[in-house]
Amino acid sequence: MLSSITFGQFMPGDSLLHRLDPRTKVVGVLAVAASVLAAANWIGFALVAGLTLVAVLQSQLPAKVYISGLRAFWVIFAITFIVQAFLTPGEILAGLGPLKITQEGLETGGRIFLRLALLVLVASLLTLTTPPVNLAAGLESMLSPLKRLGVPAHELAMMMTIALRFVPILLQEAETLVRAQRSRGAAFVTGGPAGWARGLLPLFVPLFAGALRRAEDLATAMEARSYRGGANMTRMMSLRFGLPDYVVLTLTAVVLAGVVASRFL
Amino acid sequence: MTNVAPVIKVENLTHVYSPGTPFQVVSLDGISLEIMKGELFALVGSAGSGKTTLVQHFNGIIAPAKGKVWVCGVDVSDKNKRRDLWRKVGLVFQRPEQQLFEETVFDDVAFGPRNMGLGKDEVLGRVKEALQVVGLKIDEIGTISPFRLSGGMRRRVAIAGVLALRPDVLVLDEPAAGLDPRGRRQLMDHVENFRYERGVTVVLVTHSMEEVALRADRVAVLHKGRLAMGGTPREVFNRVVELRALGLDVPAPAGLMHKLRAAGRRVRTDVLTIDEAREEIAMILGEGS
Repeated sequence: MLSSITFGQFMPGDSLLHRLDPRTKVVGVLAVAASVLAAANWIGFALVAGLTLVAVLQSQLPAKVYISGLRAFWVIFAITFIVQAFLTPGEILAGLGPLKITQEGLETGGRIFLRLALLVLVASLLTLTTPPVNLAAGLESMLSPLKRLGVPAHELAMMMTIALRFVPILLQEAETLVRAQRSRGAAFVTGGPAGWARGLLPLFVPLFAGALRRAEDLATAMEARSYRGGANMTRMMSLRFGLPDYVVLTLTAVVLAGVVASRFL
Repeated sequence: MTNVAPVIKVENLTHVYSPGTPFQVVSLDGISLEIMKGELFALVGSAGSGKTTLVQHFNGIIAPAKGKVWVCGVDVSDKNKRRDLWRKVGLVFQRPEQQLFEETVFDDVAFGPRNMGLGKDEVLGRVKEALQVVGLKIDEIGTISPFRLSGGMRRRVAIAGVLALRPDVLVLDEPAAGLDPRGRRQLMDHVENFRYERGVTVVLVTHSMEEVALRADRVAVLHKGRLAMGGTPREVFNRVVELRALGLDVPAPAGLMHKLRAAGRRVRTDVLTIDEAREEIAMILGEGS
């Protein structure tokens, strides 16, 4: 059901990845993502895929988590692959009327599939192993130099924390609503688009009403505790870099450099 | 009890949330019980004991993962039959007022009957009757938006929305939670009237031991997904020590009698109501003089 949408939901654990500083993970993920996009030949892909695989194993999470995360994107994978396979001009392998599969198409399609899959994996590594609060703290700390330019770093981080915190709550509420309305015989999907829209009202009207009420309660609760934005706020857990952080950052930098260098081989 | 046939039969039911993940929670662990036709069956237990998960099996919203559940003769594991159980088993969720969505009270209560495919007149009749059962008048609030009503009124409208299905079995998941004592009593009176008039079976999930003592035919105590105790309220509330060990309490009169007994007074301890307690006290006072 709805709550089984767990893509990127934080999974508690005590692996090396869980213990890394969130800033390390954000920078590391960006570096690996850049490597994924920069990879142009098999050496580059092998380097990135190898690093991603090591990270996935290091996270000590069940493989199921990653597989279901990838499966959530299978439509996008399939469409991009098919489009590439059919629309890239080149040596024709098989054809049916105007539809032609080309050798180059298959290669490009495979490459793009690999890129997307690696990006999804790497991105999910970040959110799977980092509690939302730590992630927000990391982003706030990384954005804080921009405060002088008027960027509301704290507010952005707080908004992100709250939004992330609300996702599972809203999913659960949606699930309860689906069950409750189904108990009164609601068929959420009926007829054409108009029927669809009408059929989803019993779900969305109470869901939004509840979200608004919740937001109001939260605002009141925060104000009642004298919350007034980023000024003079301190965090319970201060971020600190350790040896593993430097090692991981160096490793991702080396891989990125290796991938870029492999393009010129 | 009008008839001694089980309407709901649960056999060795187990339910695990998010199996295979770090969030895994065993919600129900080998539950077996029978609920008879026409009785008021109460389910009690501290928070997280699995009460809600159990009752959501009763109208087929949750399929039994392990074990068996029969409701009105229907095997709930059967996907096709399970889908139609809502016509027979009305389930009032926790905080049902949060599920209202229509523009008017009438339309919201009519949602279920319309989904049953009933005609206009039949729908009107059912809405009118259901609102009446919970003490509301269709002429007064039928055309009002449910969002403009007070919390207590919205609760009653939401319950009417389930009653309008005219279920054979009515399952109420903490229907009176958050209401003031008077609203609580009235709501439970409405439920009991509906039960006697229609002869429906009622399954009541509650935290109020007084409610169980006054109204239930039988009660089951859940603890950490297991069936800890079962029997008539008189039997169950007589086991004060065990109940307290499960984090539950007994109705005040029973608690008082147990205190008197502990102080050496020869009173019955299986009392449920204030009147019964008064008789017992009058008796020992009579002995003393």
